[in-house]
Amino acid sequence: MDVIKTAKLTKYYGKARGIIDLDLTVEQGEFFGFIGPNGAGKSTTIRTLLGLIAPTSGSAMIFGKDVTKQCKTILQNIGYLPSEALFYQGMKVKDVLKLSADLRKKDCTAESKLLCERLQLDVSRKIDELSFGNRKKVAIVCALQHRPDLLVLDEPTGGLDPLMQKEFFDILRERNKEGATILLSSHILSEIQRNCTRAAIIRDGRIVACNSVDLLSKTSARRITVQGVVNLEQLNGVRDKKESEDSVSFLYNGDMNSLLRTLSAGRVNDLTVTEPDLEEVFLHYYEKDGETV
Amino acid sequence: MTLVKHELRQGKTSFLIWTASIGFLLATCIFLFPEMKGQMDSVNDIFASMGSFTEAFGMDRLNFGTLVGFYAVECGNVLGLGGAFYAALCAAGILSKEEKDKTAEFLLTHPVSRKRIITEKLIAVLFQITAMNMIIYAISVCSIIAVGEEIPWKEISLLHLAYYLLQIELAGICFGISAFLRKGSIGVGLGIAVMMYFLNLVANIAELAQFLKYITPFGYCEGADIVSSGSLDSTFVFIGAIIGIGGIMIAYLKYTRKDIH
Repeated sequence: MDVIKTAKLTKYYGKARGIIDLDLTVEQGEFFGFIGPNGAGKSTTIRTLLGLIAPTSGSAMIFGKDVTKQCKTILQNIGYLPSEALFYQGMKVKDVLKLSADLRKKDCTAESKLLCERLQLDVSRKIDELSFGNRKKVAIVCALQHRPDLLVLDEPTGGLDPLMQKEFFDILRERNKEGATILLSSHILSEIQRNCTRAAIIRDGRIVACNSVDLLSKTSARRITVQGVVNLEQLNGVRDKKESEDSVSFLYNGDMNSLLRTLSAGRVNDLTVTEPDLEEVFLHYYEKDGETV
Repeated sequence: MTLVKHELRQGKTSFLIWTASIGFLLATCIFLFPEMKGQMDSVNDIFASMGSFTEAFGMDRLNFGTLVGFYAVECGNVLGLGGAFYAALCAAGILSKEEKDKTAEFLLTHPVSRKRIITEKLIAVLFQITAMNMIIYAISVCSIIAVGEEIPWKEISLLHLAYYLLQIELAGICFGISAFLRKGSIGVGLGIAVMMYFLNLVANIAELAQFLKYITPFGYCEGADIVSSGSLDSTFVFIGAIIGIGGIMIAYLKYTRKDIH
């Protein structure tokens, strides 16, 4: 079953672009990554899915229900972790957790206690006194304590120290094993590569690639490093070229034979061919006219 | 009713400060009355001969020497302005503060419909205004008993009722505006309250500006009119009710469709 399905989802803020013709499908039980730099449209997509903003055109369904019409029912089974975790001033942590549970008409005391222990969150403190990382923990407990079927995480690890990040992803993986679907929006690629099964890459409001993480990182492109003197001007498919005095390194996804012919015409002292990592693949999707955006 | 409770808890400090301040000022005025009563004959003449200023505050038609006359003017300025400020501030901030303080993402991603959020927030505003008026009414009555004057039940009740209606109407208008705001509700709230107050003063002074009475809720709160006629002007109150309800309806129409940032 598709947990999330959008069709030609488009959102304009006045004339400013949000997202354009976004087709995204996330199946039940997936740990799905959503990659893109700031301003690409990640948050706009998430906000539309959660019913915070109305789409300009197109449609979005969660659990098979339209997000503009059955928002309340959908939200019952969603846990959302916003990138900026802000709460009401003057409240204690436990009051915020209680308020969140009450708004869901659910008793989450046991689960909340468990999560607070694992994340080492002191519930008797006031929200105002908390550091950014600790506020994030409050948001995490709010998103998880009702054991939702779908978790939507918008850049979740900002502010968390490495130990907490590990604990947090451990919890996420447990939930995922128990059947929860997870949508993880991030610009940290290692996070996606380590945790997600599938991922979509968004750029300028459009999805430019959507595939399994393994396939995304396995492109035909290769990182070629040549020591010596070669003339690459006639060669097609060269990107991200870095030249130094007697060596040149570039990403290549053109015809291998023409590469070999070009190389043999020059003087090659040493040659390495490696698979690019996801970071380089990602940058490739963000290249525009040879420039990295 | 989770949200009503939450809002009341959030607004507690502001409620207590406003109620205490208005109650204290009102009581102080009443306690000053016995001392001023003796000197009122001469004061009355002075007040009655200040031209437009006299008319603006309706002092040409009220007798300062009686508790009712004194109360109608004092009450008008303390409870009228104080209550209007509180009601306007409270209502103007209630919806907009979620986006201003960036708590909207928290609240609106819970399974609560926007309609329900608006309704519960409205109930919280009305509850606070009602509670404040009841407390202040009680303080007023107790103060009058304390200074040993006879209580003019009818006039006082009518005056307080008029101010209560005024606050509800202002709250309705500001509630509607609150749905559009993303920040800075304080200026808007105070601005509307002050503007309404001055519109009434202008209407009192200038014959030409009489029509303003139909717009401002202070029009049906004129102490002099209420005391002399022994009733509220039903036309003004009716128009006021329409404007107030209009504001609330606009809040529902706007906020259920609003893009939350």
